[in-house]
Amino acid sequence: MLVYLLKRLLFMVPMLLGITLISFLVIHLAPGTPVEMQTTMNPKASLEAQKRLRELYGLDKPLHVQYGDWLTRLSQLDFGRSFSPDRRPVWDKIRERIGITLGLNFLSLLIVLGVAIPLGVLASVHPHSWFDKGTTLLVFLGFAMPTFWLALLLIMFFGVYLDWLPISGLTSLNFARFTFWQKVQDLAAHVTLPVLVAAFGGLAGMSRYMRGNMLEVIRQDYITTARAKGLPERTVVFKHALRNALMPVITLLGLSVPGLIGGSVIFETIFAIPGMGQLFWSAVMARDYPLVMGELVIGAVLTLLGNLLADVGYALADPRIRAG
Amino acid sequence: MKKREFWARLKRNHLAMSGLALVLGMFAVALLASWLAPYDPNVFDLKQVLMPPSPAHLLGTDTLGRDVLSRIIFGSRVSLLVGFVAVGIATLIGVLVGSLAGYYGGVVDQVLMRLVDLMLCFPTIFLILAVIAVLGPSIWNIMVIIGLTSWMGVARLVRAEFLSLREREFVAAARALGASDLRLICRHLLPNALTPVMVYATLGVAGAILTESALSFLGLGVQPPTPSWGNILTAGKDNIEIAWWLSVFPGLAILFTVMSYNLLGEGIREAIDPRLNQ
Repeated sequence: MLVYLLKRLLFMVPMLLGITLISFLVIHLAPGTPVEMQTTMNPKASLEAQKRLRELYGLDKPLHVQYGDWLTRLSQLDFGRSFSPDRRPVWDKIRERIGITLGLNFLSLLIVLGVAIPLGVLASVHPHSWFDKGTTLLVFLGFAMPTFWLALLLIMFFGVYLDWLPISGLTSLNFARFTFWQKVQDLAAHVTLPVLVAAFGGLAGMSRYMRGNMLEVIRQDYITTARAKGLPERTVVFKHALRNALMPVITLLGLSVPGLIGGSVIFETIFAIPGMGQLFWSAVMARDYPLVMGELVIGAVLTLLGNLLADVGYALADPRIRAG
Repeated sequence: MKKREFWARLKRNHLAMSGLALVLGMFAVALLASWLAPYDPNVFDLKQVLMPPSPAHLLGTDTLGRDVLSRIIFGSRVSLLVGFVAVGIATLIGVLVGSLAGYYGGVVDQVLMRLVDLMLCFPTIFLILAVIAVLGPSIWNIMVIIGLTSWMGVARLVRAEFLSLREREFVAAARALGASDLRLICRHLLPNALTPVMVYATLGVAGAILTESALSFLGLGVQPPTPSWGNILTAGKDNIEIAWWLSVFPGLAILFTVMSYNLLGEGIREAIDPRLNQ
């Protein structure tokens, strides 16, 4: 297991280099240097901001030297300073928000798993039943539903029409004066709609995938054996089939990380949640290049870590991978 | 596979056929927008601001008194254009990369597939937003950016097809007859790999339409006054407490359009390979 883990960690190094290279190329995509571009396109870029950008990239030097310099800074988590009036280091800005984004995505992942797995299993146990057809319809709806529109509908219904749930921010204004339980309640109320929206996108794919896996596993010989032994159908389905059908889900979880992190741009912006996604959106709106690049690199690194976790999880669950 | 057989199977699939009908209907709406729209989508009428649906304005009016139905009808042009151009770009790049990797194998394959892995590491929206920050939002940039960030699936698909096809007898026969690499790829391998690409592209149009509407909604896509379903919804969000029609109708347009491409794509997939239907 240790060897496997080391191998995976070593594999991450070239990937990290590649991620930084692509990110570096993105900022040099525009005709002309980023600094010239800003003077024409961004009134917010003061002379001083230009100077800082030049320092960050060393724009008078050859391209490979620029990349090398930038990489050295990145390795010390120095993403430069934001162009916004507060001029704080990019890393500080991201650091204080990353927890919120990861936390919300973690909650929505729990909902996805908690809902999609039972849905998929039930649909597969009675294929082509009304329940199966109903979930298939839901899946098609889920694939076609724009998450930001779902957010608008939920805001309209639960926030405006029923007035049950708050529709923006993470906490109420007088949060500081609340008792502990009031704080928990307040947070939960604020978080409900965003988490539901974030979860919805993953639900369709996951339940479809789960159904497919179950149908695949149920055809295997060991299921026939289990049934032939006279085990009750419940044991066969939930113990023998479900466990094996669950394993590929670990991989899918890893693959869904970029989608979840990307989706946070949308739900955080709509619900005014101070996370990484909203920060990214405002950085793009303000053309705050150091912040945009910092977010891009961090987002990709998070994806890489998610994939690593999924691979390790799979290896823990399936001894064949560890040996291979 | 025979074309007639494919059509016969597709025709039996009612969901796919209704998807196809909706897709064709959307084409008609986009093409005939100037005739179908009851009003000019960009003309203000400040006496008719934020009017709820009525016989005069079937889907109501927006903050500047523009007719929402007309704006949705004209918005279908944006969606179609972005969907098709973006998927065209993605398919072109994907087919090119996939063919090269699958045909030549070895180092070429290694390098190209690592590039695919790398691109997949980025949350797509992050990559798109970063490029928009550099290039600025406009409908043309959006199409190119969506295309440039969504070719990886096609590349993998084409590569996999090529890997299995290149070992087949008809390829060996063509090679023995002295066919060049280019001829082998374009005449013998590609045509046989295109059916799965077609499925992928159909589903890709749906994805591109969703992405465009999300970007326009965030103010980073198609810029007003050009109507797009996404940017009408932005106004919907800003007036959510007073004008439900601004939020509901454009969203329904996106939902139905995306769903019809998905149904059609799934239908084509099943018609190509009926075993999937089991």
